[in-house]
Amino acid sequence: MTAPGSAWPDAPLLFERSRPGRRAGRPPRPDLPLPDLPDGLRRARPPRLPELSEPELVRHFTTLADRTFGVDTGFYPLGSCTMKHNPRVHERLAGLPGFRDLHPHQEDEAAQGALELMFRLQEMLAEVAGLPAVTLQPAAGSQGELTGLMLMRAYFADRGEERDTIITPDTAHGTNPASVTMAGYKLEKVATDARGNLDLDDLRGKVNERTAGLMLTNPSTLGLFDEGIEEVARIFHEAGALLYYDGANLNAVVGISRPGDMGFDIVHYNLHKTFSQPHGGGGPGGGPVAVRETIEPFLPSPTVVREGVAYRLDHDRPKSIGRVRGFAGPFGVFVRSYAFMRAYGPELKEMSEVAVLNANYLLARLKDVYDLPYDRLCTHEFVLSARNLKRGHGVTALDVAKRLMDYGIHPPTIYFPLVVPEALMIEPTETEPKERLDDFVDAMRAIAEEAATSPELLLEAPHGRPVRRLDEVRAAKQAVVRYLFEEHPALVGAD
Amino acid sequence: MSCGYLSLTDADREEMLAAIGVSSVDELFEQVPPGVRLDRALDLPPALGEADLVRHVEELASRNVHTGAELSFLGAGIYDHYVPSVADVVLSRGEFLTAYTPYQPEMSQGVLQAIFEYQTVICELTGMDVANASGYDGCTVAADACFVVKHAVPGRSKIVLAETLSPQVRQVVKTYAPGFGLEVVEVPHDGGTTDPERIAEAAADAAAVLFQQPNFLGCLEPAPELAHAAADAGALAIAHVDPMTLGVLEAPGEYGCSIALGEGQAAGNWPSYGGPHYGFLAAKSDFVRRMPGRIVGETVDLDGRRAFVLTLQTREQHIRREKATSNITTNQTLLALAGLATLSWLGPDGLREVGEACLALTHYAREQVALEPAFEALSFKEVAFRTPIPAREVVRRARERGVHPGYALGRDYEGMDDVLLVALTEKRTVEDVDRLAEVLAEVCS
Repeated sequence: MTAPGSAWPDAPLLFERSRPGRRAGRPPRPDLPLPDLPDGLRRARPPRLPELSEPELVRHFTTLADRTFGVDTGFYPLGSCTMKHNPRVHERLAGLPGFRDLHPHQEDEAAQGALELMFRLQEMLAEVAGLPAVTLQPAAGSQGELTGLMLMRAYFADRGEERDTIITPDTAHGTNPASVTMAGYKLEKVATDARGNLDLDDLRGKVNERTAGLMLTNPSTLGLFDEGIEEVARIFHEAGALLYYDGANLNAVVGISRPGDMGFDIVHYNLHKTFSQPHGGGGPGGGPVAVRETIEPFLPSPTVVREGVAYRLDHDRPKSIGRVRGFAGPFGVFVRSYAFMRAYGPELKEMSEVAVLNANYLLARLKDVYDLPYDRLCTHEFVLSARNLKRGHGVTALDVAKRLMDYGIHPPTIYFPLVVPEALMIEPTETEPKERLDDFVDAMRAIAEEAATSPELLLEAPHGRPVRRLDEVRAAKQAVVRYLFEEHPALVGAD
Repeated sequence: MSCGYLSLTDADREEMLAAIGVSSVDELFEQVPPGVRLDRALDLPPALGEADLVRHVEELASRNVHTGAELSFLGAGIYDHYVPSVADVVLSRGEFLTAYTPYQPEMSQGVLQAIFEYQTVICELTGMDVANASGYDGCTVAADACFVVKHAVPGRSKIVLAETLSPQVRQVVKTYAPGFGLEVVEVPHDGGTTDPERIAEAAADAAAVLFQQPNFLGCLEPAPELAHAAADAGALAIAHVDPMTLGVLEAPGEYGCSIALGEGQAAGNWPSYGGPHYGFLAAKSDFVRRMPGRIVGETVDLDGRRAFVLTLQTREQHIRREKATSNITTNQTLLALAGLATLSWLGPDGLREVGEACLALTHYAREQVALEPAFEALSFKEVAFRTPIPAREVVRRARERGVHPGYALGRDYEGMDDVLLVALTEKRTVEDVDRLAEVLAEVCS
């Protein structure tokens, strides 16, 4: 039972709220005979699903929502994740019966509105990337990456070229090297120079006839636009290799600089970052991929095409890499991203301008109290280092992050990118008002001061959350990854 | 005028530019080389205010024929089960909707606990010991499982797929397999089900065998025999299952499968023209450290209070990079939590009743429809009929009468142009089936 006066009520598990014989849902039971199932196929022991009435079920999920922090709750400057406001009209639109209840096997002529929306979204995304052909199929950024690498493999196989290596910078997201392995390629890393750009000398020594391509996030995970991008593209293209654009940071440059114009051949978008699909506590996302004409024949099947005034799914794609997920992609995500782009129209550039303005404002007001490893104007995010606090007062980036929670702010991304020690990667996004940015500046400055005057405030933070810091070693060692009914027999009934 | 999703006033902008020490926003972009800057506005359709946007998108939606606008028997992987209103409780809470992956556990105990509960429910349904926090869909989790298997069964590089496994699942596995260095072999069906002896032969040098129960043709496979045939040959048995049948059908973990996976849509997600939904992936404890994706574990905080945290992260891309068990980052958490809410709303009795309703309605349809069932095996939730004219023509004619009679299997299987796959969820009634029988009789005569 929750102690009187406790700020956070107890949150028993569903299985602990469960009482045998209680239930919420009562499905229809047709008055029909039930055929016998062969031995061995019929379930012997029912699954121990929780047994709750509806009121308790609703309270349970409300309790859990209360113990979760979202963008709707407060400022969430999680670098590289683009935690912008998610317009609520999107939920209404994705929930229209014509979309929500549309079966994906419905005949094309009975799904024209959905196909038109997808086709229009493809066109808008193509314009943003500066590349002509788009597949909406990949389910998330990582799957977009993998799709891009599969496209490279198919492209070179078609040309009879054997290339086995992909180059990524040392600042790359972990998904890049993981995708390289899953696609069956070898990985080569390239260094970052003192200004935060790709080290061109290092790069020239590594690109050769075995190189299939580059995977690059631009602006990089340091929040810096690669000033040598034109030369980078020249190096790869002269070697006959391709350039892949990881769209994780596209929010910085929409309408300002297009990946296709930078020289990239394949681009993935994160609809859940740039185009405002809510992150949902981990997903869903959307990871469409745009390509040059020369790569279009290899795009996953099916694609959405227009013929006269009608739209259809095209499954007849002989050179396609195949299907990368079910159906034609996460359609509900498309509805949200389409609506988002339609709300801005041709002024979508302002989204990126304000994102970059907000980030530079935070940077300007924080760089005198935290270390700044690359002293340049940033784009939509920037990376500070807490190494000055660590040296001076023995507190780390982790301690700063935990202390921010006490100020009602979600911590930034920490310890990434790996090239910056004690990294604090901060991305405010365009939707934050100046007051929230100022709150964050005040909190970060106060924390730096606390680090000097009362470091225990940081070391023991957070103080006001439902739990204090966790024993993560125990979690990994014991690996309790499901409720263990046997250890709580009294809670699940007499049997 | 700025889009209403932006929050800065002109005065804010001036103050902020001054603090940065630049005179204009353009100056912030001087790091972008002039040669790669876009020197024109984006060519995008005009901006719409919220009311106009809603009108426009409603018009698009109105041009789709959804499952409420005709009597639909479409299934073939996506099913029209009832989604309870408690699922909306999860989907509409801004904290769940707008949170990121719970990297900071003190900020995210609610969503972490919900994922832990989801993992438990998936383990209970499938008879497994560990489940991840979800994969993209029922297709990609099959590819994920192949990556697990490749490392778990060294020296074997072949994956056996039953031909009765969903065509889309097979297609996705085949797309991924070359990158994994895996060869894919398919075992044809024999009258709608898979012969355990053919599985035994194919599995002799295979790492894993993947089959579906009930299979894509609506037939119940001899699943325990298939699993044992695989295991006896030294291959791992993997079952692709439908959560809404698992109140009635035996859990794969009880008949020798090492991994169970599937499409979660049927439990708690709308059809939504194919997504977003969630794929579930569960395994026996031997594979816990090889699982792809997020996994939530139980631990304690400094005061000894129970707490939840993303765990076993040394498997994952942000730690292990090129040596990770998968590249997955964003998953389908929100949809999986709608699944959790739905399965909790049903409870064990409700889930069994849903399964029984589907089974009884399928059996009834098999008797009422005056067409020959395509296969002798027992059907569950879907039943295939032979049609005297091409099945696609049957679909066309029936739709003119306001009934979508199902899926034309010739879209995926050679030689099945005259086979129609009819899906029956608990949302269909006896009268609905009678109407289907009547319309099929009309259009097939």
